Amino acid sequence: MKILVPVKRVPDPTQKAKIKDGHIDLTGASWIVNTFDEYAIETALRLLENGAENARIPGGELVVVSLGPADAAKEIRTCLAMGADRAIHVVCNDAEIDALTVVKVLQGVIAAEHPDVVVMGKQAVDGDANQVGQMLAAKLGWPQATFAASIELSSDKAALTVGREVDGGVEYKKVPLRSVVTVDLRIVAPTAVKNGVTPASHKYAGEGARLPSLKGIMAAKKKPLAQATLADYGAATPPVIKEQSVTLPPPRAAGQIVADIPTLVKKLADEAKVL
Amino acid sequence: MGNVLALCEFSGAQLKSSALSNLAFARLAAAAHGGDVVALLVGAGAAAAGPEAARFAPKVVVVDDPGLAHYLAETFAPIVAEVARAQGATLISATATALGKDLAPRVAGLLDAGMASDVAKLDGKDTFIRPILAGNAYSKIQITTPVIVVTPRQSEFEAAAALAAPGQVSTAPAGALDALGAEFVKLDAQKSDRPDLSDAKVVVAGGRGMKSGENFKVLEQLADLLGAAMGASRAATDAGMVPADWQVGQTGKIVAPNLYFAVAISGAIQHLAGMKGSKTIVAINKNKDEPIFQVADYGIVAEWEKAIPELISEIKKLQATR
Repeated sequence: MKILVPVKRVPDPTQKAKIKDGHIDLTGASWIVNTFDEYAIETALRLLENGAENARIPGGELVVVSLGPADAAKEIRTCLAMGADRAIHVVCNDAEIDALTVVKVLQGVIAAEHPDVVVMGKQAVDGDANQVGQMLAAKLGWPQATFAASIELSSDKAALTVGREVDGGVEYKKVPLRSVVTVDLRIVAPTAVKNGVTPASHKYAGEGARLPSLKGIMAAKKKPLAQATLADYGAATPPVIKEQSVTLPPPRAAGQIVADIPTLVKKLADEAKVL
Repeated sequence: MGNVLALCEFSGAQLKSSALSNLAFARLAAAAHGGDVVALLVGAGAAAAGPEAARFAPKVVVVDDPGLAHYLAETFAPIVAEVARAQGATLISATATALGKDLAPRVAGLLDAGMASDVAKLDGKDTFIRPILAGNAYSKIQITTPVIVVTPRQSEFEAAAALAAPGQVSTAPAGALDALGAEFVKLDAQKSDRPDLSDAKVVVAGGRGMKSGENFKVLEQLADLLGAAMGASRAATDAGMVPADWQVGQTGKIVAPNLYFAVAISGAIQHLAGMKGSKTIVAINKNKDEPIFQVADYGIVAEWEKAIPELISEIKKLQATR
């Protein structure tokens, strides 16, 4: 199975947002691989390996693609160090692209690479838009399984049954391969991904996606990282979504620590008038 | 000049509360676009909700077909796109529910439309204000495609009021349904008699400090006393203490109740992103340094084991005096 994982670098969300000239000031920001995209890589690796033996199943391939400026190569190497086999870096400035541009590039990459499935994060934690996976599926005419909290590969390796957290419960949806899956938080739970090779009893350890090992970091330096441009995919058009300005919300007024429960109830009833 | 197509989720003959928020957004958008609101109902049995939708929209289009018994983005998206074309819609809106978030970008893809997700405010025809960075900033974006897709946030738009005179209901064919090989397998439903988390007036939420699902029972007592919905932080849902759809936060539900109780929740930015629009926030935590106290209007530094039973008994006393 060949899996394509689109990834994006995002400013570390633990940094405080600052505004400069009406936009987020990213001078000196530190960057990370978008958390949900890391989870997508983890998901792809779990689909492609025998987790109990910590070994890849022969014949599988994990290709990462990312759009971003030249220095995003660092975050792409992180993906290779986690276990991706090779990467495509479409070098561009963030101001040149919007969701539709990204979709156009990914369509081109898919036409060239023929992956069996696209696994990606459900949203980037900077823009929080949650659009690209679904738009891409629409453009390709592929089925989609969004917000995946669990994935099970069918025994004939031709379909995925995806558990999706929806309003009011968990929906199970079956999609054939050549589909787009976007992953949610709980896809990295110990037994969330089942590929029919890793024993069903195997539990992945740790919280979140795996960290690159030292061996992985060394290996990543030698893995192929191809560079491309927007024009290579016919996507060098002006964005149709323009950010005009960014503002910070006003801080909440300072609250008060209340001495005891009877005082709290009295204040909620008389002061806040919510009881 | 263009109409605004508002996808409305329904249950039986009733519109869901998310649909009423969407219609409120759609009215603002229709005024800016110089057109009408067209409410769209899609699904097997959708016709039953037609009269209810007509109370809120001058035009209602119903696509009712037995092949639409289960929601699938693959079958629903082409229908929404086709009705949008037929109705001359220049804006299509669907509330940012689990369904709306799955479907709307697929519709945008089919129509080459630019999309604004999780919109908090409309500024004219094509400009929208929406939270980014887990709600730590608001971005104003302009979209220049001829058709725009929007998912408004339910918590930002109050339910639309009924029109003076009901609108017209018409039907449209579902066309040939092609799920592209996708199948609905099953829904493991979480049954609850409590109000919907997304539009509850009061929410009682617990976090990692609750330690077990069993311990949430005391919070449920508090919730039932107040007619509240139950919520939780990611730590509690990840640990399997409570159902995943209780999660409030950047990637869970976004809520803005009148009263929000955060019990044994530390207040990670991802959680705050989902609840800091609440009118009054009460934090109960044994550690006075937790970030939750920075957004709380009222804080109690105490262990929940002691505080919650006392809170229940004090509220009962208050209720008895009324």
